[in-house]
Amino acid sequence: MAAVKSIKHKDAPINKALSKEDKIAIFRDMCRIRRFEQVALKYYNAEKMGGFLHLYIGQESVAVGCASLMGEHDHMITAYRNHGHGLAVGMGMNECMAELYGKATGCSKGKGGSMHYFAPDKNYWGGHGIVGGQTPLGTGLAFGVKYKEQKGCCMTFMGDGAVNQGAFHESLNLAALFELPVIFIIENNGYSMGTSQKRSSAYPSCLAERAEGYGMAWELLNGEDVYEVRSRVQAAVERAHNESKPTLLEITTYRYYGHSVADSKHKDGYRTKDEIERYQRDHDPINIFRDHLLKEGVLTEEEAKEIDQTAFKEAEDSATFADQSEFPEPAEMFDDVYWEVDNGTEAGSTGRHFFND
Amino acid sequence: MRQLSYRHAIREALDEEIARDPMVVLMGEEVAQYNGAYKVSEGLWDKWGDKRIIDTPISEAGFIGMGVGASMLGVRPVMELMFWSFYTVAWDQIINNAGMVRYMSGGLINCPIVIRGPANGGTSVGATHSHTPENIMASFPGMKCVVPSNAYDAKGLLKAAIRDNDPVMFMESTVLYGEKWDVPENSELPDGELVIPLGVADVKREGTDVTLVCHGRAVITCLKAAEILEEEHGISAEVVDLRTIRPLDEETVYESVRKTHRVICVDENKPFLSVGAQLAAMIQLHCFDDLDAPVQRVNSIDTPAFYSPPIEKMQLPYPDVVVAKVLEIC
Repeated sequence: MAAVKSIKHKDAPINKALSKEDKIAIFRDMCRIRRFEQVALKYYNAEKMGGFLHLYIGQESVAVGCASLMGEHDHMITAYRNHGHGLAVGMGMNECMAELYGKATGCSKGKGGSMHYFAPDKNYWGGHGIVGGQTPLGTGLAFGVKYKEQKGCCMTFMGDGAVNQGAFHESLNLAALFELPVIFIIENNGYSMGTSQKRSSAYPSCLAERAEGYGMAWELLNGEDVYEVRSRVQAAVERAHNESKPTLLEITTYRYYGHSVADSKHKDGYRTKDEIERYQRDHDPINIFRDHLLKEGVLTEEEAKEIDQTAFKEAEDSATFADQSEFPEPAEMFDDVYWEVDNGTEAGSTGRHFFND
Repeated sequence: MRQLSYRHAIREALDEEIARDPMVVLMGEEVAQYNGAYKVSEGLWDKWGDKRIIDTPISEAGFIGMGVGASMLGVRPVMELMFWSFYTVAWDQIINNAGMVRYMSGGLINCPIVIRGPANGGTSVGATHSHTPENIMASFPGMKCVVPSNAYDAKGLLKAAIRDNDPVMFMESTVLYGEKWDVPENSELPDGELVIPLGVADVKREGTDVTLVCHGRAVITCLKAAEILEEEHGISAEVVDLRTIRPLDEETVYESVRKTHRVICVDENKPFLSVGAQLAAMIQLHCFDDLDAPVQRVNSIDTPAFYSPPIEKMQLPYPDVVVAKVLEIC
């Protein structure tokens, strides 16, 4: 069944349009995300970084598949499990790893950390820590696209744990009411931290069906095959571009690690080791796409291995870069609070902005 | 000079800024077709239409967050809260998103958004509709907070707030909406328009014996108290209107205190961590040798807002309370 479906998605026009180089780039991006996070985990465990580390490993096809569809006026915003999205839109490993290390060379100059990557120059708006809190922002980015009369959309990601937040429902209503080009994407990995979907949400057949209540188009899709992600998300992109209408997508996926690295109960706690191993064996998005490319003759085993090893080296090099980078200067605490102060404008130098003495 | 009501002055500022910058848009509950719950936006939808004046559902977290997201992309939304009291349901969007996203992104993003609406007690609408959160909003670095006391300031400060590239929390007063002040026509002004920079306080009445530091409607209270003090007690009170809480014009306050040697901070916050509490700490630090009396404060009574009209009036600072406090130290 899965094989039949994937052939269909492989042959979708949006996938047919992919060149050999495009396909290799998609594969490379997925490998880079996985290797980046494996290396990040290693140094997190070596106490090189503080705070939380929410790993995306197992879900790579979703961010990479979606990012590969983005055009000039398409935007992306997500929650705290955001390393994959950042790398997928083209952020560099060095700036991303350095941010985890809290270094001045980090993408947010060490001010954001793991949960807060941003790259507005790549239409990437974070990286947000409060569950569901980014969904109104994504709605607003779509509002901005429409207000500026651009043909674009905002892919607004969240986990399945976010769907019970009020802000999410308010966003669905506003998006449908104002006909905003926003694509809400629930990356459903089955668990809101340690609570399974069945124990946290009331829903008809699936979470995305809640869109019915707002008269919004919706779809449930399997995220393990990047071809399927691309072909079915593209329909939502076209709806946004051509009709300025929102869509709610639920993409089933799986995280191999815990909610965060500090989540000790994810193996033989709220889920079994067998379950995790089954996903790794049968549903791994990188293996699935590699098999496609081998069958298509796009890649050889050797070439696939080399791409992965290059990604691994890039990740290790980024850790070296991060390790050797300087921590921010204490005086930088006062930067990036107020635009007007940072830019030395008259407004920024009128009146007192900080109250430390 | 022509007289303009406080609400009309705000409307004029909105109208002029919408005309000046195609990115400025007004959004909120009932702002368009209903002409504004307090008629601040009356006529603007007729003039500017659906694109610039947008009715939102009663969904503060959703629409304030939507405004924040749009501002990240360069739209300059002016978001009306029907009451500032409703900030509680949009808290995460206001504080974490508008207030923190610039910092957490290392300065890659800014939010040129204004959130405005009335923030006052004294209208018998109960505790949930009577909040004055300027102290709360101003306590977050990244935020700016403006509380105009009259129509002239309201117009000039709102225009500056809309042009500012940081999030500005703009707090008005339903009690003042219908009051009128002198507001010049643009043609009467040297620059052709009225823009008052944020962070500049204004001495509303000069005096020599005591300084009353205040903002918002408390300025009106203090001006009345100053009249009583002069007429009945021969005391000359100086009234310093902060106009903006953050950024704060501390120098104008210190200058006045150094002249009068006595100071009372008057505001409609509850006393605990009020704007006056912050000022008291700053004044004692910077003007210690100039003070002839302890820094005093007058705030709303430290209980939730009472519904019953005559009782609620007693909760808010009124001129006699300010007069009595002055007489304690003069």
